[in-house]
Amino acid sequence: MAPRRSAELLSAALAGSADVTELPIRLLRACSDELPVTGVGLALMTERGPAGTIAATDRAAAELEDLQFTLGEGPCVDASQSGRPVLQPDLAATAPQRWPAFAGGALAAGVRAVFALPLRVGAIRLGVLDLYRDTPGILSAGELAEALSYSDAATLLLLHLQAGSSLAGAPWESIPVLDDRAEVHQATGVVSVHAGVSLGEALLLLRARAFAEHRAIGDLARAVLDGMVDFRPGGESG
Amino acid sequence: MAREQRLTEVFVELADTLVEEFDLVEFLQTLTERCVELVDTDAAGLMLDDQRGALQVVAYTDESARLLELFELQKAEGPCLDCFASGGAITNVDLTDAASRWPVFAEAARGVGFTVSHALPLRLRQQVVGALNLFTVAPVRLADDHLAVVQGLADIATIGLLHERAVRDQVILAEQLQTALHSRIVIEQAKGVLSAENGSSVGEAFRVMRSHARRTGEPLTAVAEAVVGRELGAAGLLRGRQTADVPARES
Repeated sequence: MAPRRSAELLSAALAGSADVTELPIRLLRACSDELPVTGVGLALMTERGPAGTIAATDRAAAELEDLQFTLGEGPCVDASQSGRPVLQPDLAATAPQRWPAFAGGALAAGVRAVFALPLRVGAIRLGVLDLYRDTPGILSAGELAEALSYSDAATLLLLHLQAGSSLAGAPWESIPVLDDRAEVHQATGVVSVHAGVSLGEALLLLRARAFAEHRAIGDLARAVLDGMVDFRPGGESG
Repeated sequence: MAREQRLTEVFVELADTLVEEFDLVEFLQTLTERCVELVDTDAAGLMLDDQRGALQVVAYTDESARLLELFELQKAEGPCLDCFASGGAITNVDLTDAASRWPVFAEAARGVGFTVSHALPLRLRQQVVGALNLFTVAPVRLADDHLAVVQGLADIATIGLLHERAVRDQVILAEQLQTALHSRIVIEQAKGVLSAENGSSVGEAFRVMRSHARRTGEPLTAVAEAVVGRELGAAGLLRGRQTADVPARES
């Protein structure tokens, strides 16, 4: 099967820079360059709610992120709270009714379209990727696919950045994309109970162990569900 | 005839769901189960377009690793993928004779014991948003009337996804599809959490959550969120069950 597009995007963002703190902005700039958008912002979510802007490609994007964060209102706020994408191809038509306070500031800043993509792995809420444009219009199917792949890359990035470092000391280049199998998500839930940690931490534990044992995460997940691998403190590995 | 009556009941059940606020993943799950109930088939699954060029399974009728693997494999090859690409139904596939068409998938499906498969498109006019996939153990072909029932169910699934009038708007479709995919993951995580708390299987955990959702009228996804948020635990889900599953008079 062809490598996932999000893996390619993350590799590209990693290329040529050893500085992990630059990864978010490099990814955002690639997104902004490639897609028909004017700017891109990345907002952080924690368990307590929106937690500010991680990066923005330009001042307008940064201002829009700040505006929404300050007002507590806007497409990105909605995406963050609901966990649903909020696609607004014509802000002038929709924003004044839906987000009156935000609309004024956004339109004055010249923004005419916003596409806010929540970054999450199910109940693991990590942030929002916000794409802005100074002209109205939808994203085509191909552009949406690419935007979603960027959001997948950003999700992976935020998951591992929040752990403080990469996968158990492995270089960022080796980080596998997120696996979509039902068993992996189920095992995440199991591990969070057994290890007494959040779902996000549980997913990182699973990924780290799979990586350390050179094991496909689907196999490890199945072993967790079958009770053959234990993440309880002091538990033995199967 | 009993089957026709059941058929009518199922269509009414599904149509009723569509007119109120409903949980999309629960709806799709119910749909796959009704497929298996109404026609001669043993397992079903529903895959949706993830809008990044791949299919993702969002509902399936049993928790077997081997069934899940059959959907995972179809991201690369299989009747579901072909059906999705073409928008046309692929029915009465003889899996014992499909090795040249889908070598990896056919072998895996036969390995599970299936001999027949069908894939029906989830399609609204020109838009194909996914596929419904059925598997049968006995070498029985489905007659046209059974296939019509399944296509009808697939059409209902599509309407469930695209029920808002602004369907013409690409925006609504994208929001619906992506949210369904996210919700499915929450439900899988909740199955894991609850099964670990209960010491039960993930299948049993799923049944408990669905039962609670039906009883309280809460969307399944909301119940799942409450489980992972530890706001709703095994005790809360089971307590309600003990009192509500006792046959009661209508109040």
